[in-house]
Amino acid sequence: MGGSILGNRVLRKEDPKFLTTGGVYVDDLLDEPALLGALHVTYVRSTVAHGNITAIDTSDAASMPGIVAVITGKDLGLEFVPSAYNPAATRTLLATDKVRFVGEPIVAIVSNTREEGEDAIDAVIIDYDVLPALIDLEEAMASSTLLYEACGSNVVFDSMVLGLPDNTGDAYFADCEVVVKGRYLNQRVAPCPLEVRGAAAAWGTDGRLTQWLSTQHAQGAVAPLAAANGVDPSMVHVKTPDVGGGFGAKIGAYPEELLLGVIAKRVGTAVRWRETRSESMVGLGHGRAQLQYVTIGGKRDGTVTHYQLWAIQDSGSWVDMGTILAPFMTRPMSSGVYAIPNIECRTTSVVTNTTPTVAYRGAGRPEATAAIERAMDMFALEIGMDAVEVRRKNLIPKFMTPHTTVVGQTYDVGDYETSLNKVLDAADYKGWRAKQKAARDSRAAKQIGIGVSVYVEITGGVGNGESAKVEVLDNGHALIYTGTSPHGQGHATSWAMLANEQTGIPIENIELVWGDTDLVPIGTGTMGSRSLQQGGNAVFAVAAELVNKAKSVAARLLEASEEDIVLDKDSASFHVAGTPAVAKTWADLAMAEKQSGGLVHSDVINVSGATFPFGAHVAVVEVDVETGKVTHIAHTACDDAGKVLNPMLLEGQIHGGVAQGVAQALLEEVCYDPDGNPITSNLADYAFISAAELPSVTVVHMETPTPINLIGAKGIGESGTIGSTPAVQSAVIDAVSQFGVKHIDMPTTAEKVWAAIQSAR
Amino acid sequence: MKVTITVNGTTHESDVEPRTLLVQYVRESLGLTGTNIGCDTSSCGACSLHLNGESVKSCTVLAVQADGGSVTTIEGLAKDGVMHPMQQAFMENHGLQCGYCTPGMVMAAISLLDENPSPTEEQVRIGLEGNLCRCTGYHNIVKSVLACANNK
Amino acid sequence: MIPAPFDYKRASSAAEAISLVSEYGEDAKFLAGGHSLLPLMKLRLAQPAVLIDIARIKDLSYIRDAGNHIAIGAMTRHMDVEKSPILAEHAPLLSFAASHVGDPQVRHRGTIGGSIAHADSASDLPATTLALGATYVVQGPNGTREIAAADFYVGFLESALAPDEMLTEIRVPKMNGATWGFQKFNRRAQDWAIVGVAAWKRGTESGVGLVNMGSVPVLATSVAKAIAGGASIGDAAKLAGAEAEPQSDLNASAQYRVHLAEVLVRRALESTSN
Repeated sequence: MGGSILGNRVLRKEDPKFLTTGGVYVDDLLDEPALLGALHVTYVRSTVAHGNITAIDTSDAASMPGIVAVITGKDLGLEFVPSAYNPAATRTLLATDKVRFVGEPIVAIVSNTREEGEDAIDAVIIDYDVLPALIDLEEAMASSTLLYEACGSNVVFDSMVLGLPDNTGDAYFADCEVVVKGRYLNQRVAPCPLEVRGAAAAWGTDGRLTQWLSTQHAQGAVAPLAAANGVDPSMVHVKTPDVGGGFGAKIGAYPEELLLGVIAKRVGTAVRWRETRSESMVGLGHGRAQLQYVTIGGKRDGTVTHYQLWAIQDSGSWVDMGTILAPFMTRPMSSGVYAIPNIECRTTSVVTNTTPTVAYRGAGRPEATAAIERAMDMFALEIGMDAVEVRRKNLIPKFMTPHTTVVGQTYDVGDYETSLNKVLDAADYKGWRAKQKAARDSRAAKQIGIGVSVYVEITGGVGNGESAKVEVLDNGHALIYTGTSPHGQGHATSWAMLANEQTGIPIENIELVWGDTDLVPIGTGTMGSRSLQQGGNAVFAVAAELVNKAKSVAARLLEASEEDIVLDKDSASFHVAGTPAVAKTWADLAMAEKQSGGLVHSDVINVSGATFPFGAHVAVVEVDVETGKVTHIAHTACDDAGKVLNPMLLEGQIHGGVAQGVAQALLEEVCYDPDGNPITSNLADYAFISAAELPSVTVVHMETPTPINLIGAKGIGESGTIGSTPAVQSAVIDAVSQFGVKHIDMPTTAEKVWAAIQSAR
Repeated sequence: MKVTITVNGTTHESDVEPRTLLVQYVRESLGLTGTNIGCDTSSCGACSLHLNGESVKSCTVLAVQADGGSVTTIEGLAKDGVMHPMQQAFMENHGLQCGYCTPGMVMAAISLLDENPSPTEEQVRIGLEGNLCRCTGYHNIVKSVLACANNK
Repeated sequence: MIPAPFDYKRASSAAEAISLVSEYGEDAKFLAGGHSLLPLMKLRLAQPAVLIDIARIKDLSYIRDAGNHIAIGAMTRHMDVEKSPILAEHAPLLSFAASHVGDPQVRHRGTIGGSIAHADSASDLPATTLALGATYVVQGPNGTREIAAADFYVGFLESALAPDEMLTEIRVPKMNGATWGFQKFNRRAQDWAIVGVAAWKRGTESGVGLVNMGSVPVLATSVAKAIAGGASIGDAAKLAGAEAEPQSDLNASAQYRVHLAEVLVRRALESTSN
């Protein structure tokens, strides 16, 4: 009778709503009673990258039509708040003394309509004493012009501060037959969720603040909101509407969001805020922005013995999560899938007069993978060995018990060579090499390039577990309360599948509650690909425990002993073994428990550690040699994230991850002019990748279950990005290596490729 | 200024500012929040709906320009609880994740098939060049559109 | 992302449009499809006090075979230019170029007249009609006049239209079997051209227009002269940059633009389009 639902391509129960009436995002909350009559907040932002504010004149703006208030940081008496990662760096949520990036909020306009707020922006006059803008990372590192004087330097974090040693330089490679050096730019990119930031705030008559927030982590916003508003955390209620993408950039709450309650209190009404895309391009955190000095050494036979990485991380103008990704994510994953016996990695984080950097899909691990994969390719080129064979020679052999690398990271299970073999086979690697040879021999106008990456990454590194509550209602339907925070990942379907697996309650009768801190006070949100392995795991465990509770209730009602009670999942009912005709449904049991707290179980389920998905990608590109233009013509991905709950959702995550990874390799980059003015601050200038630039992705399934959690699952959300970027960059360089090109930084635009060919020839 | 616009079969008479964008009119005056705003440079297509039977970016049309016209939004596609074949195809092929680009994507895709009923994969990809998505990587969106074309 | 406030007027005839624009002068802009103007207004890079909507003027949207040329009404949308059987037969370079303007949603609204009057050297149709030797018919308070495309583009976003004149028709000479090519080189399919080429050739006659190679659309007369003098396509294409003043910007350096122009002119004259 009816097999397990797990592992099936279950269609999403969320979809009918999204497809017919649309999601309800924060800016769609038109009928929310607490927000009726809400005023609009518009922020006036710095047009200068680095400067002291000498005057702010709000009088003209304040007298414009529909303007209720024009508020400065001094008006609010804002105090300096230290960064969690370097307390010497402090700021006020609205800039008061100094501005440190173009886009930094300085003034809040409160207006009746959004239009009136936008009309008043230019009427706010701000005078600056302009300071030199530090945009170039290495210049900022060495400069005596400091963003935060109290830090003493623009270096705001370094792995040496954690007690880790410095790299030993070239002497490290003294015994190597072959030594290759590289300087790689892992460029700044913009996360660009389709929904920009938005929030709303209203104070209740009970003195509590309700804040609607487009976020990946409602529970994490409570403490900062409480601090910004000067109230106890118990007085803050965060609600998460549908969220139109986050990708890491909506994990933490931003100054614009934290101040809404303060503004609402000052003007005496609820307020709404929604940025424009142009604001989002400078105000939402950026990703990557890491400069890498790499040295790799080994033997002519292809054995890599030494690898050294210095990762210089651009923090942007604040010391936010982006600052610490290099030491805590890049460094631990710096060895990748290779059994390199000697590895050194130092990370240095530097502030610059640019948008602060934050986590962005992969958050430190794409950088680690890109560095080692590029280095392996350069090593292979130097010794004249096929890049795949060099990898094979150095892979950590298959392991089903924990493996600790020389940088001190312990991986759970891994089978890198099998993923490499599977992807090469599925991609017809040999066939493409033959096509490449034919194109080279005939000096074709379009040359073929093939790139291969093998990667491992860390997921579930955030949080130790997750909360879950499963409650069955009088009608036999169920509610799941989860601490995760879906924004496209399909948790309503996935967690319903898990609960259905345990309880037999049909998926269509199971609803998900998330992102409301009154209903789900404990939660670590959705980030770092943790949700299934921690959040789903908790749902699975808690649902199982609920079944046990239900059995004891059934036993009571059926006057039998608990051990004799059978749950028939197909009929979602309980009976005594041997007498299936006398059954109690979930509804029956729920009603029986009504007076004593209901049929519900709640717990926080911990896991023993992070997990390490892995895989291999093959990318094929065509390069028009005369112009340098790159076309991505094929992509094959083998990603092993352990046990697969819903292959359809898994593939969707891989597709989406690949697109963002390809985008970084080929197209996207956030650019500033030397004065710190952003020049890619809208979607016409920023090369957000479209369907026309991408091929379909061939996904090769592979499942090596992890023992870390009940489900055996790792996280898949970021693997596609981590594996694809180096494969595509490698493919482009491979296409033109015949001309002597050894390296091209990302994004490999047509002009860069053309210029590389010219200078190599 | 007074405008008369038929939206999803219902004719509305409204007073709008000349500068009111059609997307604002639909969302704020009529409360049809399915159509979304994703950018300010006419790049992303999240605001796509049908004006007089063709896909347009409603952020780049003034409500006054649509005066006397007929608009269909995502909310107007399903009939009597039965989804339009394109909506059905998106659901069956996991063509959406966060859903933000979805209404615009579906409206653009329907218009694409109206003009080219049997497109190749390449024609679908180029035909959707004006609709950006960050979640799906487009793979399943393309699959959904091709599935819808094949089912006709 | 919301335009500054403005007054909105509708013209029901070309005469009325001209009378309105005469009344409001520099404060007024014509609104056709709005897909050049509204994006600028939403970013507040343009803030006209008055918009005169000319999209409802009857009989300004047409494509007619007029003997030795095709007459296209200024309000004809890009999508209609793209799909026109008359243009497919007599000026396929133009209909193909129109199919590359923006994206389908843009082509449902934007007009050929609006694009040409906007006079952006980075737009596809100004350079294409320039290459084809088009004439633009313009109406003003004192009647109509014709302006050759080669005389129309006078500066950055500046045309020979007087402030009280309106473009009413574009006349494109029939191509009479000329081979042609259109090359639009960009980063992403929806982007403006980094460099674009519209070219046709019939024996030793040719016309080559360059997109985004200067502050105005560029007619590559040196290329045409070389072809007329018997030069090979390859040799003629090396003169692609002779009349151009390309800029360096986010997407390309001037030097690379010149190189691209040479490659793309050659390909376009060899009848390759992308």
